[in-house]
Amino acid sequence: MNIQIHNVHFTYPGNVQALRGIDLTIPSGEIIAWIGENGAGKTTMAKLVNGLLKPTAGQVLVGERDTQTASTASLARLVGYAFQNPDEQLFLNSVWKEVAFGPGNILDDPDEVTRRTRAALELTQLSHKAEMHPYDLLPSERKLLGLASILSMQSPVMILDEPTMGLDYCGLQIMSNIILRAREARRTIVLISHDMDFCLEHAERFIVFSGGRILRAGSAAAVFDDVHLLEQAGLEEPQIVRLAKASGYTPIPKDPAEFVATYLERR
Amino acid sequence: MISIKSFTFRYRGATEPALENIDLEIPRGQFCAIIGANGSGKSTLCFALSGIIPHHFAGEYSGIVRIAGRELVKMELGQMAGLVGLVFQNPFNQITGARYTVEEEIAFGLENLGIPQDEMSARIALALQQAGLVQEAHRSPYALSGGQQQRLAIASILAIQPDILILDEPTSQLDPVGTREVFELLARLGVSQRKTIVLVEHKLELAAQFADRVVHLNHGRIIADGKPQEVLGNPRLRLQGVQPTRFTLAAALSQEQAQLPSDRTLPVTLEQAIGFFR
Repeated sequence: MNIQIHNVHFTYPGNVQALRGIDLTIPSGEIIAWIGENGAGKTTMAKLVNGLLKPTAGQVLVGERDTQTASTASLARLVGYAFQNPDEQLFLNSVWKEVAFGPGNILDDPDEVTRRTRAALELTQLSHKAEMHPYDLLPSERKLLGLASILSMQSPVMILDEPTMGLDYCGLQIMSNIILRAREARRTIVLISHDMDFCLEHAERFIVFSGGRILRAGSAAAVFDDVHLLEQAGLEEPQIVRLAKASGYTPIPKDPAEFVATYLERR
Repeated sequence: MISIKSFTFRYRGATEPALENIDLEIPRGQFCAIIGANGSGKSTLCFALSGIIPHHFAGEYSGIVRIAGRELVKMELGQMAGLVGLVFQNPFNQITGARYTVEEEIAFGLENLGIPQDEMSARIALALQQAGLVQEAHRSPYALSGGQQQRLAIASILAIQPDILILDEPTSQLDPVGTREVFELLARLGVSQRKTIVLVEHKLELAAQFADRVVHLNHGRIIADGKPQEVLGNPRLRLQGVQPTRFTLAAALSQEQAQLPSDRTLPVTLEQAIGFFR
């Protein structure tokens, strides 16, 4: 499902201008990273796409649907939004109920709700904690639970806000695996993250936000080869890019494996 | 400054101890980073050092935790507040909710300690400036972004000016510039005021650059304790559930592909990686 954002502005109460004219088209099945410093407008834009907020001016279309007029419930089927802080998202008293809640609201078939819940818990490796209270989980497990509860919706668009926050090696493997599967299923994924290496490894395109505007939309090279842009947007290059640049390797690699391949070739 | 001897703690209702047989001495002025997989006991250690365990969380407690020579279980929480400050992992859990503005939120802890009005104003101004929140002073804590709330949690503790700062992933929601500012501030406080810093962190490149020492927890036990590169450059880090830096990952991969022995300490920072791949 594609997303079209036309000249969108958003102002919070108290005249805080968060977005100042955003234009962006995300084709169906793209994995796109939204990057930029705190307060750049990334999360606000995400909330406009899933309809939690409505644009002050301009238009957001999810598929054919205009978020200004579409109901939050109808948008919830299309756009899954995993919050940066899962504690703002979770509200039920068991892990299973939390994951089953979304599909339970949109499906009439209880067996299908069970199947989806089970599948989402397996993907996030939380199956053995299904009966636990979400607040008895570790913070990192709650992060994965927030993700499971949108995976079970099987929405064509997923927005993951700081998906790697607080995750250890195993958690990161789970997150990467989920993104790879979603890519295979041609779902549209928006990654909002300060974890530049993670974005580089997964995203096909980068959108640089700054002060409520888009400074650049393009490939990893278009962003990370532009030192002036990085400085202007308060961004840091991914670790693997810094190493490649220091070693004089071009084009920039997307992960340690690509870096090592170039290294072994040149040695 | 901090002395932990044979410390074991099991939360009420848990089958396994969260921390087991911990021995740790952290001298005054040291910047000590704590790493480990999720559930390895990092946050529990923060709670134990700040007195939240055993004063708030019930459980089975054995061993001795001393701060500045005083045994922690024998102290009142109020006595400890000026000595140890804890910045929570989730700022939402720390912000009191009892105050309308950022400035008042920072004042909350100071009022409880009975700090005189003039000094309180000066401390609040300094903490706002140190945490980069001057512009936000009159906003509601709940109108702040996640990153700003995290700055507020840090500011509230800085204002109390404790000798020991315990920080549980304090920069998880901050952008790279903000994160680096926090690390630089902590390092400065360590050098200029000899504050003792205990920091739980997943961002290993920064831990390597700023910490004097790294302690690695695994299943509630200390499995490594030493200089940053020794601990963070361990080629088995991934197997113990810790995400290494991409520098370390690239080096490990090149060793594997060249079929070289895998027991060598690997680079953790850019400078070390440049040397490794030269």
